[in-house]
Amino acid sequence: MNAALVIIFAFLLLSLYLGLQARKGKDMNLEQWTVGGRGFGTMFVFLLMAGEIYTTFTFLGGSGWAYGKGGPTFYIIAYGCLAYVLSYWMMPNVWKYAKEHRLMSQSDFFARKYDSPMLGVLVALVGVVALIPYLVLQLKGLGIIVSQASYGTISPTAAIWIGVLAVTIYVMISGIHGSAWTAVVKDIMILVVAVFLGIYLPFHYYGGIQPMFEAVEQAKPGFLALPDKGMSVSWFISTVLLTALGFYMWPHTFGSIYSAKSANVFRKNAIVLPIYQLILLFVFFVGFTAILQVPGLEGSDADLALLKLSVKTFDPWVVGLIGAAGLLTAMVPGSMILMTASTLLVKNVYQVFAPSATDEQVAKLAKYLVPVIALVSLYVTFRGGDTIVALLLMGYSLVTQLFPSFLFSLWKQNFVTKQGAFAGILAGVATVAYITLSGSSVGTLFPSLPQAVQDLNVGIVALIINMVVTVVVSWIPFHTVSTNERKQVM
Amino acid sequence: MKSIRWLMVLPFVGMLGGIPFVNKVEPYVFGMPLLLFWLVAWVIATSVIMAIVYRFDPAVKEDEQT
Repeated sequence: MNAALVIIFAFLLLSLYLGLQARKGKDMNLEQWTVGGRGFGTMFVFLLMAGEIYTTFTFLGGSGWAYGKGGPTFYIIAYGCLAYVLSYWMMPNVWKYAKEHRLMSQSDFFARKYDSPMLGVLVALVGVVALIPYLVLQLKGLGIIVSQASYGTISPTAAIWIGVLAVTIYVMISGIHGSAWTAVVKDIMILVVAVFLGIYLPFHYYGGIQPMFEAVEQAKPGFLALPDKGMSVSWFISTVLLTALGFYMWPHTFGSIYSAKSANVFRKNAIVLPIYQLILLFVFFVGFTAILQVPGLEGSDADLALLKLSVKTFDPWVVGLIGAAGLLTAMVPGSMILMTASTLLVKNVYQVFAPSATDEQVAKLAKYLVPVIALVSLYVTFRGGDTIVALLLMGYSLVTQLFPSFLFSLWKQNFVTKQGAFAGILAGVATVAYITLSGSSVGTLFPSLPQAVQDLNVGIVALIINMVVTVVVSWIPFHTVSTNERKQVM
Repeated sequence: MKSIRWLMVLPFVGMLGGIPFVNKVEPYVFGMPLLLFWLVAWVIATSVIMAIVYRFDPAVKEDEQT
């Protein structure tokens, strides 16, 4: 057994221990399990929100895309920053409404705002369908990290099973408390590892960061800017906007809003989080360094860039620390996703059709559903497939379809009806499904349009269709009053 | 003073609006390609803008009192 493996397992056990310890002194009812009793301060909410930035998506996908795509990778820095700006305005409103009505999931919010449990069911199902590829990418990343960092001693399959088992245990026992405590260790680890690698590797191989960029530019001219076709300027801007709008539509991120103890928590976070995510720069630097040092990684193998370069450069104990940091970046968001998906399915689907179920039964069922969802994700993971970033972008296209109805629900004069919201989400999701399954782009759908329009992120098409359907259906009289009028009557 | 929140539009317009003009590798600024530097500068500016909004937003005080 090598040193790297010992370190990785030590951190796995530490995260399991912290996850289980987090339960102490708490009566783990559904509210404690899912939203931490609405008592988290700025620090914990910050870490849960930041957990969204530092997942395996950024650790492996960020460096992998820098390695394989170059300039287009920079969209990752831009969209998070703009999402935090939106959060300053949106999150306090959501938090106040959720606290007033004791909401526990994203679906609760939609169901309550539009006074429609069936809309809640639809939102829950869209959320779970989008969360599966997100969980799959965490597991895929986990397998890559542990397998590479253990020098192949542990196969990706075995690594994924071990990781899933650990996460499932502490999610079932501690819920969001376990995720929050593990997030503390994870963020400290990832900060140290990312900054160290991002500075050390360019200096070690090129003598500095600018010399590294110059070497890449010489080998691949124009690689560090956006190309004229494909992932061009219009692709970049549309992707940044689409993902910024979808950022807080992920059910597990939306749910973590409820765990805060005051509305100002989000406003403070909106100041610090944009700067905090600049740590991603160092992850990109690693990917750019790897271009000339570990050449030849094609397609989804680009996700291996960071680890291949680390294994080539460092002693096993350093690789072990890098692997442990990577392991935690998969486990924390993985635990949040598992918990959120099970809560959505039980509270917003099962309970709608079985209204006589008690809160205790619902809480118990939510916990028992965790391993079931984990097994479904394992099945999808082992079927193979796309790169980590491609998986995430597909999930984003789905959850962003919730944004129009969400946005309208915040308006004081909301003219959108529950039928409009339902039809809009359905139309958007159907469009995303068609686009994903057929592999279409705006260019293939409308080949005669100018290049800049052809390069737009295809998720924008689904969003426009969604908006149009939402508005048009809301104008159709269904012998019901609009959401806003209903509220005034009640 | 709620109008201070309109400052939050700046990062969207500034960061994204400038991209067609800075989509170049050279000149390098602080060791980074121009496009990357532009984005990093706007991320830092966004934090400053949000701090200003937080400082003057009356909703912050209202929420502290409730």
